[in-house]
Amino acid sequence: MSSKESWGSRVGLVLAMAGNAVGLGNFLRFPAQAINNGGGAFIIPYLVCFLLMGLPLLFVEWSMGRFGGTHGDHSTPFILNSMAPKKQKLWKYVGVFGIFTNLAVAAYYCYLESWTLSYMWHSISGSFQGQTREQVGNFFNEYVALGSSEPIVFWILCLALNTWILSRGLSGGVEMASKIGMPLLIIFGIFLAVRGVTLTAGEAGAINDGTVGLNFLWTPKFESIWDFKVWLAAAGQIFFTLSVGMGSIQCYASYLRSRDDVALNAMSAGWMNEFVEVCLGGAILIPIAVGYLGIEQVQQMVAGGSGFGLGFQTLPFLFQQWGPVLAALAGVAWFGLLFFAGITSSLAMGTPVMGFLQDEFGWKRQASAWTFGLMVFVLGLPTVLFYNYGVFGEYDYWAGTVSLVVFAMLEIILFAWIFGMDKGWAEITRGADIRVPVIFKFIIKYVTPVILISVFLGSLVSSGGIIDTIANKAIHAQIAAAQAASDAATVERLNTQLLYINGSRLLLVAVFATIAWLVYRAQLRRGLAGKK
Amino acid sequence: MNSSALILMLLANLLVVGVTGYFFWRVLTTAPPDAVDEDEANFPRGG
Repeated sequence: MSSKESWGSRVGLVLAMAGNAVGLGNFLRFPAQAINNGGGAFIIPYLVCFLLMGLPLLFVEWSMGRFGGTHGDHSTPFILNSMAPKKQKLWKYVGVFGIFTNLAVAAYYCYLESWTLSYMWHSISGSFQGQTREQVGNFFNEYVALGSSEPIVFWILCLALNTWILSRGLSGGVEMASKIGMPLLIIFGIFLAVRGVTLTAGEAGAINDGTVGLNFLWTPKFESIWDFKVWLAAAGQIFFTLSVGMGSIQCYASYLRSRDDVALNAMSAGWMNEFVEVCLGGAILIPIAVGYLGIEQVQQMVAGGSGFGLGFQTLPFLFQQWGPVLAALAGVAWFGLLFFAGITSSLAMGTPVMGFLQDEFGWKRQASAWTFGLMVFVLGLPTVLFYNYGVFGEYDYWAGTVSLVVFAMLEIILFAWIFGMDKGWAEITRGADIRVPVIFKFIIKYVTPVILISVFLGSLVSSGGIIDTIANKAIHAQIAAAQAASDAATVERLNTQLLYINGSRLLLVAVFATIAWLVYRAQLRRGLAGKK
Repeated sequence: MNSSALILMLLANLLVVGVTGYFFWRVLTTAPPDAVDEDEANFPRGG
């Protein structure tokens, strides 16, 4: 997006920002996290973390973006560079995260998005009619095992759609998609929530009322509030649901004018995400699943912290109990809302990459959009071809989890401590259409950094955390167990998986290094042009 | 539903719907800044 780009309307901007935040996790991750971390009591640490970490990061990223935009910068390397003192040249390389994360996450996210498109098609065409629950579950396993060319076709279609929308620019593409996608997402969500909550035991094969599932999700276990792990889970959920720490918010906000409001816009977009997550996300998956499977089974299925299996491998079967017409409608609504949630996020991932190419190398919008599409295709191929070897999971872990936390931690230190909280506060409140409580000045400087550092340290040293993951502790334990059981086939499979996992890590490091080199080249060009 | 679950669910949903609706209503009803802005001269977009 060039500096000539701008948002067509404020509503479009807020919907695009909300769309950036709203993703599959709103519907698949939040309910599982709530169930595993205190049920209804989870909402307490969740909302506290939203106020102390989520909103502050939104204020920071929106205002960083607008600040950078006034200097002609639309991607984080040089947005951070413009905020740091001249002598501190390394901040632009911290900004590399804001391009790397978007590219690496888009690489696997677009594939995920294509599944929702494919499942929409299969819902309309009645593919799941007459299938057993096992058959519906196996449909997914066979799909990702690439038994046919269909996954590739849908993936390329999805990539092409993303790229085409991006090539139409900010107001003509991204904003238009958000103005269509977000309202449809909400309408589909309300339809499914009403259907789920009004399920009646004994009708259409349901064994429980929909309210049993709601009861299961919302019954509070208040003792969980004293558990640090629950707070860590709440902080993690808030973090990932708002899409902070990615660099996409800064990019979107960089197309604001210097006196445009960020405070009210950030609040509105942030709370809209919460509406989708808490109100819709909390009323679809669990009521429907518990309605048909019972509490115990659902509890087992979400024990890993995600409702992914439920969402893709079980729900299509459950919808079939409603008759062919309602099943098709429900399938289109469910996978449709997941698709809109996905595409509004993936479009946000494309804009910082395009912004960087356009700002720093003078590329035209079309060329940068199609280059983004090509990069996502190339980088995404390993996640598609080697899905069952753990490549998808590796990308998600390093780019979609660790990278976000590291960047958010560093950017808030820059904003509050190096750029300075006085200047930062002036940025947040300039042009503000609401009065931002002055307590946030204290929270942004002292509280949010502590929370982020705690989240980072927690994920570094905890069992199964970053250090354990780097050392491949889990796989080595599995290999040792297989060797002890003289299971040569499993040992071989796991060793192969290890190869792919380490290979994908090297690839991600190479991508990061390449972007850092491009930032270096861009700095040289700026030097020649007499820019900072 | 048991009463604690119902209360928590209603409170959370009402809070989120209310606050979301309020801020979105503010977005819809707040007038945009002036089109001609002296800041544009001082901070032209595009650097």
